[in-house]
Amino acid sequence: MADTVEPQTAAKAAPGTETLLSVDQVTLRFGGVVALDAVDFEVRRGEILALIGPNGAGKTTCFNVMTGLYKPTDGRVLFDGQRVTGRKPHQITKMGIARTFQNIRLFPEMTAQENIMVGADAHHKTSVIGALLRLPRHVREERDGRRLAAELLEFVGLEGRGGELARNLPYGDQRRLEIARALATRPKLLCLDEPAAGFNPAEKERLQALIGDIRDRGHTVLLIEHDMRLVMGVADRIVVLEFGQKIADGQPATIREDPRVIAAYLGVPEDAA
Amino acid sequence: MKVVDKLRAADERRVQFNQGIRGRWASLPKPARIAGAVAGIVLLFALPNLNIPFIRTDSIAGGTSFGFVLSSIAIYVLVAIGLNVVIGLAGLLDLGYIGFYAVGAYTVAIFGSPNSIVATEYPWLVCIPIAIALTMVSGVILGTPTLRLRGDYLAIVTLGFGEIIRIIAVNSAVTNGQRGIAAIPGPPGTWPAGSEFEGTPLFGPVDARPYYWLTLVLIVAVVLGVRQLERSRVGRSWLAVREDEDAASLMGVQAFKFKLWAFAIGAAIGGLSGALFASRQAYINSNSFNLLLSVMFVAAVVLGGQGNMFGVTIGTVLAFYLPERFREFQEHRDLVFGLALIVIMVLRPQGLFPSRRRAKELADRKQEAKEAMAGG
Amino acid sequence: MKISASMTADFGDLWHNLADLTVSGLTQGSIYALIALGYTLVYGVLQLINFAHSEVFLVGTYSSIILWGWFGFSSGAGAVPALGTVIVMLLLGTLMASAVSGGTALLIERIAYRPLRRKNAPRLIFLITAIGASVAISELVGVLTERKPWGVPALVRPSVQWHIDPRDIGLDIQPVDITNLQIGIVLVTIVMWYALDTFLNKTKFGLGIRSVAQDEDTAALMGVNKDRVIMLTFLLGGLAAGVAAVLYNLKIGTITFNIGFLLGIKAFTAAVLGGIGNLRGALLGGLALGLVENWGAGMFGNSWMNVVAFVVLVIVLMFRPTGLLGESLGRARA
Repeated sequence: MADTVEPQTAAKAAPGTETLLSVDQVTLRFGGVVALDAVDFEVRRGEILALIGPNGAGKTTCFNVMTGLYKPTDGRVLFDGQRVTGRKPHQITKMGIARTFQNIRLFPEMTAQENIMVGADAHHKTSVIGALLRLPRHVREERDGRRLAAELLEFVGLEGRGGELARNLPYGDQRRLEIARALATRPKLLCLDEPAAGFNPAEKERLQALIGDIRDRGHTVLLIEHDMRLVMGVADRIVVLEFGQKIADGQPATIREDPRVIAAYLGVPEDAA
Repeated sequence: MKVVDKLRAADERRVQFNQGIRGRWASLPKPARIAGAVAGIVLLFALPNLNIPFIRTDSIAGGTSFGFVLSSIAIYVLVAIGLNVVIGLAGLLDLGYIGFYAVGAYTVAIFGSPNSIVATEYPWLVCIPIAIALTMVSGVILGTPTLRLRGDYLAIVTLGFGEIIRIIAVNSAVTNGQRGIAAIPGPPGTWPAGSEFEGTPLFGPVDARPYYWLTLVLIVAVVLGVRQLERSRVGRSWLAVREDEDAASLMGVQAFKFKLWAFAIGAAIGGLSGALFASRQAYINSNSFNLLLSVMFVAAVVLGGQGNMFGVTIGTVLAFYLPERFREFQEHRDLVFGLALIVIMVLRPQGLFPSRRRAKELADRKQEAKEAMAGG
Repeated sequence: MKISASMTADFGDLWHNLADLTVSGLTQGSIYALIALGYTLVYGVLQLINFAHSEVFLVGTYSSIILWGWFGFSSGAGAVPALGTVIVMLLLGTLMASAVSGGTALLIERIAYRPLRRKNAPRLIFLITAIGASVAISELVGVLTERKPWGVPALVRPSVQWHIDPRDIGLDIQPVDITNLQIGIVLVTIVMWYALDTFLNKTKFGLGIRSVAQDEDTAALMGVNKDRVIMLTFLLGGLAAGVAAVLYNLKIGTITFNIGFLLGIKAFTAAVLGGIGNLRGALLGGLALGLVENWGAGMFGNSWMNVVAFVVLVIVLMFRPTGLLGESLGRARA
């Protein structure tokens, strides 16, 4: 993997840390608009990486390219050594990348349990014949799915609520359910798109703990988030985007002091030269 | 709009009544529900022999034999259940379903009849699997290139396909166009000793009741099968794709594969019904398969409440039974149908007996629209 | 060349009759194009396939015959009247057909579609209602006319304006006589299309339509009355259909209650072929479909003519759903 690791980050890489996902010079053009401009970064196995930047910087677009919703005009994405770009979304999910959405996309008329079971179905193999004839694999997979759902509901703090319609859940619970559903696909990399949007401070603390728990379970986490306290509290590394370009990449303490990052968020002060 | 309000109020009461019954039914213990279902099925089997005064169609002068009407309705209900898999469960709008029905019918006719272009006369029991296989294959052939299309485009393409099948039926030498194919075989069997038609073939032109009973058995089997699918990974995938296809793919659902399966299953059921139809008629020609019939099937499914097999059944029964019962109606049947479609879609788009999910989906969309208008 | 037991492709036949087939193709195609304008406009603005548009056309055909009947002209009766009378009758007939077609279109919009728009109903429901309207109207006409065909009075006596003989330039193609009626149909279609195109691109109302087609929310914010724009769209489609109705009457000479369906499907195919949402596409698609159909009939025989339209439809939707000229009135499909 040596040729995909950038020189400057190699020095900072902790011993034994390997690249899980690498975004290689990805460019995405929509007509005249350049949404992503030669974006290049990597996500290391076991870490929590935060992707930050002002609104419109291209963070969600980046997620969409990584998960197969968009095809990049240039560049490619490699996951676990394999090419991701050009594959269909459901194939990418099977490879081990899962995500949540900025504007929550649960299946509204399904129960919480059913939502999670759809995620669990990702690795199942039962098809029409198996289901119709109630073959052992169908029975086993249904049981495993229900068990996984119960376990994940408890993990995210929705224990016992499996029977409620997703639509009827309060906002915070919906966000957590989305995470549970994504986890059910047994991802190696979990991508969270603004998971704390609309949360109050207490909920944000719970979320922070949850993200840590997710990493402890063995998942790698890539996180888009605007709340700096949350980001600083949970991220191992941060990548900063602005206008589709990567402008900084490093440890939280370094990023916080980086003048380019500060300028991107706050603008350049009037009296500076 | 006082009349509309009154209709709505009456409808609300009906919905409450239904939901009350549904609630009571769901809260019964399982053995009781099974017993109830079995009792209902037994009643359906006995229906042609019962003399319930108001219902029988042959009590009126010139009315069709009740057994015949029942067998027709049963065949159409089977069609509706198949179409429900495509439209209601997988959310795919198929306006050319009649094509599969026709393929099933013609397969039995061509392979079974001595008059057809295929020299060998295969027994009925062999023709049926061939019919189902051919229709499934045609379903896959039609679906593979078209299922990627957007909703209403899919509708029109399937409509075109249905029409192509019909035109081929009219013009092709194999199907013998309007002259049709006769002497189509039926299932084997003879009436048992002691019965009215002792010794004569069980599935013959004299009495349509055996066809009715046979179709009922198939309906029960298909319904059980579809319900089993609904409760599995397959059904979940269909529902997830209907609710949010992009999110579903991102959660690993193989949307295209399951849509194609839905198409194939729907086609198979349609083909089976067509085969039964051909056998019962013993003669088919290209006039039996027209577009209006396809439209009526879709309408019956949507009116009944797509996604819900019970509702779909009721919708079909109403659509095909009423014109027979009220024969003076028949001339205007299609006109009334068209008007009914408009009225019901405008007033109650979820259909008469929607599945709870469907009703919620539509209510939520309405709510969104209201909020958009209030806010915007 | 045998394709199957009942279908042979006869290129020789096609070549021989090329001129004749081309002329009939363009004429037939013009009528498709006029009807297609209605489909394409409504689709461009509402993303809705107005299945009932075929019946909007239908009522135009019947109403013009009724009008001519009021003036004493009915089929089979007497000689063709004087030119001045003919012109007046045609104008009045067109006015009547356009009014009735336009009015029917507005009625359908008001009763069947608007309540569903208010409720934000899913696409499928609109389609079902449209089908209901289509069936209801055609059946109503059927009941009222006792399902018997009506003849069209002979207002235009076809006279040959132009005789083309490709054999003069050495091609082994049969000569063709182009009649005044055929020329008239094509000309009227082009004029009508041009008028609509100008209206859309050069007038304030047309601007309103285009803005709602592209982004209805922003249009509303800019003060465009969406409901009025939609009504106008339906009305324009209906007017074009009314003109098509009169031309159809003159060309075919007989009508029955169920001619709407097949024509509607073909016109819709034409709209899709040219690029739905696009006026130019409707014209191009209509003419192209007319040509392909007639050439197809030349090759395979008349009984297969109707299959051509459906096959074209299926192929276009499968391989190039945006049609020949792409969608341009409204936004591209997601």
